[in-house]
Formats: sequence, structure tokens, C-alpha cells
Amino acid sequence: MTILAFTLIMLLGAFMAGLIGSLSGLGGGIIIIPLLTIGLGVDIHYAVGAALVSVIATSSGSAAAYVREGITNMRLGIFLEIATTTGAVCGALISTIAPGSFIAVLFGLTLIFSSINSLRKKEEQVLEQSSPLARKLKLDGSYPDTNGHPIRYGTKHVLGGFGMMGIAGMMSGLLGIGSGAFKVIAMDNIMRIPFKVSTTTSNFMMGVTAIASTVIYLQKGYVQPGICMPTMIGVLFGSIAGSRILIRSNPKKLRLFFAVIILLLAINMIYHGIAGKI
Amino acid sequence: MEQKNRFTDKTLQTIVGNLLRYGVWLALSVGAIGGTVYLIKHGHETIHYGSFTESDKSIGQLIHEMISGVREGSGTAIIFSGIILLFLTPALRLVLSFFSFLIEKDYLYVLITLVVMLIIGISISLGYSH
Repeated sequence: MTILAFTLIMLLGAFMAGLIGSLSGLGGGIIIIPLLTIGLGVDIHYAVGAALVSVIATSSGSAAAYVREGITNMRLGIFLEIATTTGAVCGALISTIAPGSFIAVLFGLTLIFSSINSLRKKEEQVLEQSSPLARKLKLDGSYPDTNGHPIRYGTKHVLGGFGMMGIAGMMSGLLGIGSGAFKVIAMDNIMRIPFKVSTTTSNFMMGVTAIASTVIYLQKGYVQPGICMPTMIGVLFGSIAGSRILIRSNPKKLRLFFAVIILLLAINMIYHGIAGKI
Repeated sequence: MEQKNRFTDKTLQTIVGNLLRYGVWLALSVGAIGGTVYLIKHGHETIHYGSFTESDKSIGQLIHEMISGVREGSGTAIIFSGIILLFLTPALRLVLSFFSFLIEKDYLYVLITLVVMLIIGISISLGYSH
């Protein structure tokens, strides 16, 4: 395949990945890896490098809007970044010694987990009373509702959430994904942060988490400009298009449809990993 | 005091929001320019991404090579500088929040931000064998 053909296929493929990632709420990286490895025969290490670069692009792009609206809890994000960056560094270091088949199988399992998790019903919750540690760290906050009135919320189980965030960071560094699903478990289920705040704060954290692992990938030569360029451009435009569609359609039906597609991708990934084809 | 803190938090939100947005678009534009140059020069060549060859270069070396590459008009070097710009966007966001917490005299968060920067620093030094 020529470089020109590869670039054009990747631009289109990454656009679709960004679109599906945004519509399913799973992020673009999750489709980029199967596309590059199974679809185009690219080595999984290069694929992880390219996916991480695209994660930085999309997360910074969409975080911009939420930060300005004041929904993102920046203190919470920066505090939890201690956990995610530490995890990301560990993940990237494991990835440099792990065989491709191991990464492929782990990736498939994470995909299954994430797609099932994306279908769960999310209820908006507001915790009135913060735990003492959360108060000490000033992790409580407020966000504007649709009328612009501030809704105050507290948080608890800080250490549990912090630990889960470490795992989220490790998965991100190991697999080249934003690991939104793990972050949501840490913030929604453990720390009881309102859904709107947790998703935007998770997005806000992805950029810094991803640079912690990407500098390792960069120095090891995993970041190939020829692969990254069409990937980051395609994913970014795809996710912008996705967020426009999301405003006008029923995300529930879309989510179910994409969860099935992603489940099939996951099985494919695990099969390829076990068969030693990756 | 409460009122003053609220003001700086709001200002920080605006600055960080703008930084993230323009940073990404700048990085992407540079990447697209590099990509065009790269395709014009090498578009007909065959790809060789099937097997991974590990390299071991420090970030300083990489940036040095990138600068000389950009001078020679190398497409991959221009794409690479776009990727570096993309990295700098969240990194700069971290530096900005560091100073903003400093202005707010929120020393706990000055410390927390420093720890995050330190971890990224460590990861840079862990990325290659010395």
C-alpha cells in the first residue's frame, strides 16, 4: 500500500472512529486501534501511539467548551491527575515490554467492559454532605443547571476513587485509550460526583494523563508522524460531527447499536490476539 | 476574599478554555501542512508499519532532529512539530493552573499541581535508557 492510499483510508477511518466514539460515548481511541491493527495490518505499538495522540486532540478540543461553561471541576481533575499520570507511566512502561498479543487481548476485554458499561442507566445524583477528606481537599463544587442556577454537590470515598483513577490511568497508558469508562466508575460510582461533572472532568484530565504516557511512547519511537497525522485530523473532525448529531438524535438507540458493533470488534481483537496475528 | 477567589476561578476557566481550543487548532494546522508536504514528497512510496522497530531517543534529541528537519522542509518533521504543539497544550494548561493557584494563595493545590508536573518529568526521564 502506498503512503497516499494509507493516509486517505486513515483520514476516512479515523473520521468514522471519531464519529462512533463520540456517539457511543466511548472515545475515538477505542476504534482506532482495531482499525489500524486488524484493518490495516499496522503493528499494535504504533497503533497505541497514534491513538494516544488522537486522545489528546479530542479531549482538549471538547474540554475547552466545558471548562469555559464552568461545569468541569478543575481542582478535582488536577488532584486525580496525580493518580492517572502515575498509572499512565506504569502502563506505558508495561506496554514497552509486553507482547502485542497480550495488549490485544487486554484491549478486547476492556472494550467489552466499556461497551456494557456505556449502556447502564445513569442517574443524576447530588451528594449533600462531603466527607472530611474531600472537604480538606476542596473537592466539592457547583455547576450551572440549564437555567444557569448553580447546583452544589459534595463528594466522598476520595481514596477509593483515587485508586480507581490509578487503574484508569494505567489502562490509558497501556492501551492508548482515554479510559472514560474507568474514570466514570471512579467518579460516579465511588465518589458520587454528578454525571455531568464527572464526564466533563474526565475529559479534562485525559490530555495531561495522555502526555505522561505519550512522552514514553515518543522516545521509544511508537509515535509515527505518518500514522498520527491522518489519525488525529480524522478523529477530531469525526468527534465534532458526532457531537453535532448527538444534539439532534436519540442517544439511547444509538448507544445500543454501537455497543453491539464494539462488542463484535472486541471479540475480533481477542481472537486475533490469541491466534497470535497481532 | 470569597468574592475575589471566585473571580480568579472564573478568569482561569476562560483562559484555560481558550488555550485548549486554540492550541488544538494550531497543532492540527501545523500537522496538516506537514502532512501535505509529506504526501507530495513521499505519497507514492510503500508503507512499512507492519513491524515495530524500537528506537531510543531522548526528548531533547527528538526536538533537535525535528528543528533541523523542519529547516530542511521535511514533512515528517513538520508533522512532528504539530504533535509536540499538541502535547504542549495540556502541559501549558497545567502550568497556567499552577500560577493561578499561586495567585489565589491556594498552596495545597500549588503543591498538587507540582506533583503532577513532577510525575510527567519523571516519565520523560523513564522513556529512554540513559
